[in-house]
Amino acid sequence: MQTLSLSDSLSEDRTTVNRDPFLVVDRVSKVYPTPRGPYSVLENINLTVYEGEFICVIGHSGCGKSTLLNMVAGFNRPTTGEICLKSKPITKPGPDRMVVFQNYSLLPWMTAFENIYLAVKNVYPEKSKAEKTKIVMEHLDMVGLADAANKKPKQLSGGMKQRVCIARALSIRPEILILDEPFGALDILTREELQEELLKIWQEHRVTVLMITHDIDEAIFLSDRIVMMTNGPAAEIGEIVEVPFPRPRDRALIGEDPRYFTLRNQALDFLFNRFAVDDH
Amino acid sequence: MTVRPISNRSPLEALKAQLSSWVASVFKDPSYIVLPIIILGACLLVWQIFSLSQGKNGLPGPIQVISDTKQLILNPWYENSANDKGLGWHILTSLGRVGIGYGLAATLGTVIGILIGTNVMLYRGFDPIFQVLRTVAPLAWLPISQLVFGKAEPSAIFLIFITSIWPIIINTSVGVQQVPQDYKNVAKVLQLPRLEYFWRILLPSAAPYIFTGLRISVGLSWLAIVAAEMITGGVGIGSFIWDSYNSGNISEVIIAMVYIGVVGLILDKIVFYIGKFAVQSES
Repeated sequence: MQTLSLSDSLSEDRTTVNRDPFLVVDRVSKVYPTPRGPYSVLENINLTVYEGEFICVIGHSGCGKSTLLNMVAGFNRPTTGEICLKSKPITKPGPDRMVVFQNYSLLPWMTAFENIYLAVKNVYPEKSKAEKTKIVMEHLDMVGLADAANKKPKQLSGGMKQRVCIARALSIRPEILILDEPFGALDILTREELQEELLKIWQEHRVTVLMITHDIDEAIFLSDRIVMMTNGPAAEIGEIVEVPFPRPRDRALIGEDPRYFTLRNQALDFLFNRFAVDDH
Repeated sequence: MTVRPISNRSPLEALKAQLSSWVASVFKDPSYIVLPIIILGACLLVWQIFSLSQGKNGLPGPIQVISDTKQLILNPWYENSANDKGLGWHILTSLGRVGIGYGLAATLGTVIGILIGTNVMLYRGFDPIFQVLRTVAPLAWLPISQLVFGKAEPSAIFLIFITSIWPIIINTSVGVQQVPQDYKNVAKVLQLPRLEYFWRILLPSAAPYIFTGLRISVGLSWLAIVAAEMITGGVGIGSFIWDSYNSGNISEVIIAMVYIGVVGLILDKIVFYIGKFAVQSES
């Protein structure tokens, strides 16, 4: 039996992570027919995500990150190629691939509790009301909003609304959590707070995460691997870099690690020098 | 006592809060009451001067109107004969017709609006027809209405129905079409069953539009009934005006106009506040 030393238990134990391909994007392209001829948004995207990984996708605005995410979520179908979750092709949206949208999309006529309850109710119809209530309250508590349960979204700040969305997404135990620039609309202080909270929750539940962001520091802090996309049209995956820092991640410590700057410069170089957006 | 946020209040509490905030605003800033009174006084003065210049057989001034109709104002509930009743009865009868016609229009209009709003083919088929029909003046429907229904009462109610249904249909269909894509995406990801999507997302999202349509329609209904009753006769504020006009009682016509205006305002406010409480949670 393997005895774990203290440093082993603190760092991510990669050897026990399931190495079967969990989410496979296989030779996917997305082409839209337009009056001026077919417009290729994405071309030849190949990506394998393993269970429990935290993946960030970064790239310039308009490079097709959201299109890729929408296909994983099931809102769009690829023009060619296939996306499979646990070897089953993705054809439509479902609660196994829960999305946290940039614009929160909380229903404004329902309280925070009711919003999450709606999700839990539809994914776990067989559970009793008491069980479902417990799940909702647990997850509200997890994001620190137990006393905001009966508030409507307009009474909540942006950060609080996004926390409710994260609680809603996690409450239905999706296979993969999809986040589309979830913290983009928030100020930097709230953003950093929520990043820490997201990581803390993720450590406990290890759901697979696919997240879009345009913030390199956020990507480095949060993810195991960063997928860097080239520019559109016909965007592809340019590079995938591994983030070497052990978990749990300490923002201050990482910031002082020389590898942080190498990584950051590598990403910046990719985005701004090799694949800078042309100024027409 | 802690102040609870508006959306957590019951309708009665919200009503009381609204009334007390009105009263408070009057005391805080009397111009809300004083200014309309001043302007009203000025208008009455202009009217009085104008009528004095008209002479005995012209437009009566406000003073004469009041003195002529004193009995009518003080006895709204008298009943002398089938058609000679107090103003209260006339208004109540008219409101009754509006109630039935508007109620039918509201129910059917909302249903039709939802149907054509959710189905593109139905929308393309019906919307042009509705857009044409809704511009037809209420009274123009009266000949057809009387032909089909024969009797005065149902044809008046049909008139209200056909006048007030169009804004409800159109506003409802727009509201249904304007459900934000984000909410639709949430429904898709959660794989909400259609009935649940309808009650939990579609209707609450479209509610402000629906109530706007309802509010416009109640005004149109009230307009239509007065015109209709002038022609159909019987008991009703419109027929009262027509009878008074025919007997040369212009003062009675004027006082009836004032009553009509006030009741119309009250109807509008009622629908407005019902809408406000129903969609108080909308951001």
